[in-house]
Amino acid sequence: MKPLLSQSTATLRRTSHAAALFALTSAIWLAATPLAHADTGKLLLTGGVSTVEGAAGGGLSPWAVIGTQATEGENGVSAFVSRAVTRNYGLTVAGAAVAFNNRLELSIARQDLNTGIAGQGLGLPGLHLRQNIVGAKLRVAGDAVLDSDTWVPQIAVGIQAKQLQSSGLNSTLAALGAKRSGTDLYVSATKLFLAQGILINATLRATKANQNGLLGFGATLGGADNGYEVQPEISVAYLLRNNLAVGFEYRAMPNKLQRAGAAAGLGNGLRGDDWKDIFVAWAPSKNVSLTAAYVDLGRIVPATTNNRRQTGFYVSAQFAF
Amino acid sequence: MKKLLNTLILSIVATLALGSTAAFAQKKPQPSDASAYPVAPAAGLYQAFGEQAGIRSLMDDFVLRLRADARIGEQFKETNLDNLAKQLSDQLCQLSGGPCVYKGADMKTAHSEMDVTRAHFNALVEVLQQTMAARGIPFQRQNQMLALLAPMYRDMVTTR
Repeated sequence: MKPLLSQSTATLRRTSHAAALFALTSAIWLAATPLAHADTGKLLLTGGVSTVEGAAGGGLSPWAVIGTQATEGENGVSAFVSRAVTRNYGLTVAGAAVAFNNRLELSIARQDLNTGIAGQGLGLPGLHLRQNIVGAKLRVAGDAVLDSDTWVPQIAVGIQAKQLQSSGLNSTLAALGAKRSGTDLYVSATKLFLAQGILINATLRATKANQNGLLGFGATLGGADNGYEVQPEISVAYLLRNNLAVGFEYRAMPNKLQRAGAAAGLGNGLRGDDWKDIFVAWAPSKNVSLTAAYVDLGRIVPATTNNRRQTGFYVSAQFAF
Repeated sequence: MKKLLNTLILSIVATLALGSTAAFAQKKPQPSDASAYPVAPAAGLYQAFGEQAGIRSLMDDFVLRLRADARIGEQFKETNLDNLAKQLSDQLCQLSGGPCVYKGADMKTAHSEMDVTRAHFNALVEVLQQTMAARGIPFQRQNQMLALLAPMYRDMVTTR
């Protein structure tokens, strides 16, 4: 138990270092350069909305766009709150992002999953799983919006350091061989086909996360594959007006807990599925975007939720300064 | 296999990062392809904009809105708006598949003495969107025209 504890303390320390670094860098950069004026900056919605992990993109998947309303030569800040309610779970996310010169995006997010009857099924009524995510994204090439004479997309690379907080689920995760911290690496390509009004993003993510980390990272019980997996994510959006878009997303996820769960005698009770949504995003002004979606997060701990698909609704509001 | 995939992704990332650094290093003195009308217009675009007369009255409205704009109006204070509207009309007419020939300066030369940021460029796009919307041009047609104009940011943005 000792090594496990000291290990998680070390990870926690790393995460808070990262958060401190995030705050410090942001403060210095923001002080050094003027913020985007509300009336200049990016064209509407071209900075995406806030994902559930804090990075700019769709709702579920990060895009290669740099968030906030700031464009080249400007720095910007955005903050968001999101809420998803599925048949058995409720997820609340709050976070913020800063963007520098349309080049670098730093983000921070806090997820809080209310496990509802699933927690009761595990003998942990009222169980909340809380996760902190610190992210960085660097645009390495292209312009998703203005390079409309080429097929070259905007390309960005990103990293997300995730830390699942201590909870009543600790011993279960430890027994399954799942860690409470993990790091995702991704590369995203975003292209707006301007003449057609269609935006496409493709992301490849190297991850060990179970349910994006809310159920830990990796699993070893029963010889489950504990390595990084490269998972594809796709977003497609269609512009109806310059401030209104509809679309869908698909995010493939690892399913490492299924085998560990089977080894624990739960059959397929811990299997997970890919995440999907259909969304509408509306920017009533340059500073506000509102997103609503129908989500299908597949099965999440089906052993305690009657094997139900976790379908439901998602709403998100982002404010840019 | 997993290791291999990860190595592959890392090398892709590294290559992209290096490539973009190289791209920053070389400054293009010449006008880019963006000034050379390389993209074919959508079918019927010229007609959708009301041909020469429609495009000219759109541009007459556009240049007035440009000068009135709080963000970039200052940059057009000394500009001969009638001449600007004519040059823009020729450009949009030619771009959209009309019979005109734009004879003005290329976009790099035309903006070399100006202080144009990306934010200025985006503001200009917004004013154009507002102008097109005010004249009832459908959103998809607006985007088809913008797709022909957008790459010019490479030559028009002078301050990075």
